[in-house]
Amino acid sequence: MNIFVLLKRTFDTEEKITISGGKINEDGAEFIINPYDEYAVEEAIQVRDANGGEVTVISVGTEEAEKQLRTALAMGADKAVLINTEETSENGDQFTTSKIIAEYLKDKEADLIIGGNVAIDGGSGQVGPRVAELLNIPYVTTITKLEIDGTNVTVTRDVEGDSEIIETSLPLLVTAQQGLNEPRYPSLPGIMKAKKKPLEELELDDLDLEEDDVEAKTKTIEIYLPAKKEAGKVLSGELNDQVKELVHLLHTEAKVV
Amino acid sequence: MTRKVLVLAETRDGSLRNVSFEAIAAAKTVAEGGEVVGVLIGENVSALGAELVQFGADRVVVVEDEKLKQYTSDGYAQGLLAVLEKESPEGLVFGHTSLGKDLSPRIAAKLSSGLISDATAVEVAGGNVVFTRPIYSGKAFEKKIVTDGLIFATVRPNNIAPLAKDESRTGEVAALSVEIKDLRAIIKEVVRKASEGVDLSEAKVVISGGRGVKSAEGFEPLKELANVLGGAVGASRGACDADYCDYSLQIGQTGKVVTPDLYIACGISGAIQHLAGMSNSKVIVAINKDPEANIFKVADYGIVGDLFEVVPLLTEEFKKIKVHS
Ligand SMILES: Cc1cc2nc3c(=O)[nH]c(=O)nc-3n(C[C@H](O)[C@H](O)[C@H](O)COP(=O)(O)OP(=O)(O)OC[C@H]3O[C@@H](n4cnc5c(N)ncnc54)[C@H](O)[C@@H]3O)c2cc1C
Ligand SMILES: Cc1cc2nc3c(=O)[nH]c(=O)nc-3n(C[C@H](O)[C@H](O)[C@H](O)COP(=O)(O)OP(=O)(O)OC[C@H]3O[C@@H](n4cnc5c(N)ncnc54)[C@H](O)[C@@H]3O)c2cc1C
Repeated sequence: MNIFVLLKRTFDTEEKITISGGKINEDGAEFIINPYDEYAVEEAIQVRDANGGEVTVISVGTEEAEKQLRTALAMGADKAVLINTEETSENGDQFTTSKIIAEYLKDKEADLIIGGNVAIDGGSGQVGPRVAELLNIPYVTTITKLEIDGTNVTVTRDVEGDSEIIETSLPLLVTAQQGLNEPRYPSLPGIMKAKKKPLEELELDDLDLEEDDVEAKTKTIEIYLPAKKEAGKVLSGELNDQVKELVHLLHTEAKVV
Repeated sequence: MTRKVLVLAETRDGSLRNVSFEAIAAAKTVAEGGEVVGVLIGENVSALGAELVQFGADRVVVVEDEKLKQYTSDGYAQGLLAVLEKESPEGLVFGHTSLGKDLSPRIAAKLSSGLISDATAVEVAGGNVVFTRPIYSGKAFEKKIVTDGLIFATVRPNNIAPLAKDESRTGEVAALSVEIKDLRAIIKEVVRKASEGVDLSEAKVVISGGRGVKSAEGFEPLKELANVLGGAVGASRGACDADYCDYSLQIGQTGKVVTPDLYIACGISGAIQHLAGMSNSKVIVAINKDPEANIFKVADYGIVGDLFEVVPLLTEEFKKIKVHS
């Protein structure tokens, strides 16, 4: 089976976030594989181990994403592809990224494409379904279970806490929700092997794309941090009095009840 | 510049979801005086059209088919694309719900358009329609505009105020006949777990429990408090993973995103993935026995103490003011 994983290198949002020069400050920040894409890598490896085939992990970004791609190889993926957009204009959005990914995938005869349901930094959740539409294949988002039998696929999808059991078929794109699996940690031998696995680097030229073809449709005009909340009021004194004070504050000061 | 803006309405258990009325309000801003057209897709949904008009839509287009009884991406995309082709709008607004998240990127890809997802505000400023949306798990915000083509956005529930309902408003509710072809993915079964009663993502008061609640029974005092306040009960991932409650109650990055007037976190430590789902709440109260817990950093009011002592006392105290008012 020919399996592809869409992997985004993301800012670790557990870290403190600051802004400088109108942008999120990336100096010294920690970067990780988008957590939902870790589930995608794990699922791809499990599907390959059960059905045979190959797992290729692809990322659109800069050379720095090599680190996250190597981690995916160390987990057990077979090949990695970095589509380097360093030279591309600054203005990219989800339209841009999806178009690039779909252009790469269009002649790869993918049976299964797995992405994350959302990137924890950009947070739009657009790239998976956009890519599926561009490739004209069905997709199922926020999945928590994937069962493959020949070309028939049964998927469990999380819908705001309810579950839908969906029947569909390959080729298919799915996006991973938490609960799909427990991603493995790369093993030491895995890390050694990963160094020798192929990591191909492409540019837009290699995909026959011009910058104009992928020019963003949207633009960020301002980035800011939420207004610093005044330090919350931690109440003190007898518990009974604290409770009375809290109810009073919610009723008369905050006026929410 | 006036624009024609379409709004995809959404139903749950046969009624329109509030987020649809909020989307109409957002569409009014985008339209800058132009026409706002509601779109209803489903089976036997045309009767709901009048309510969309009462909340501000100028008219409504309805696509009905038995294949559209349940949401599927293939079915809804066919219905909506037919409406889009007929109407050629300059703007399009969905709710940022499970349905909206699933369908909107596909429609955007089909139309080669931009899409601004999960907007919490919209305004016209400097000649542009400007959307605000949270990024970095809610730790920062960005303002975004569309630079080319359709102005397409999804709006986060409970953030944009709906217009006041005007029962005297009338408008056309017209059916569009669309032949719905084969669906490539079919729903075999829906396992409903989401609790009855107040819809969590639209509730004005949310009482949430975490691992500190310690058991399924431990949620009882939280339910009582929610009852007294007319609110809904939510949970952290920790509580769901420990089987104290169902995953349908989960709030956070992987669960529901809520923006109530009042959020009371009981025995929740305040991990970033949890905060991503509730930090926009208007007033946050934290009850935790650990004074160092991260949740106190986002709380407006905090009580350091045992939730099993604090919550019942709160319930009694709120009962008193409810009786008075
Ligand atoms: C040339 C270029 C320039 C850009 N310039 C800017 C800029 O100036 N400002 C800015 O804010 N952003 C910029 N971006 C990034 C872009 O706007 C989005 O961040 C990106 O498209 C992903 O959107 P998202 O974070 O909402 O991810 P989501 O749509 O939430 O991601 C969902 C899933 O899609 C897959 N996916 C997402 N992104 C990638 C990727 N890059 N590679 C592989 N798989 C992926 C993953 O599986 C992920 O879990 C640029 C991108 C490109 C290609
Ligand atoms: C990819 C990913 C996605 C995630 N998505 C989500 C998400 O959507 N939502 C989410 O919530 N989490 C999510 N998580 C998990 C998150 O990181 C935390 O593990 C989780 O939120 C912790 O739950 P908790 O606060 O209930 O438990 P804990 O962190 O264990 O905190 C329990 C708290 O209860 C307090 N306590 C204990 N007993 C009492 C008592 N008697 N009275 C008062 N206080 C008491 C303790 O002091 C402690 O602060 C995600 C994680 C990952 C990796």
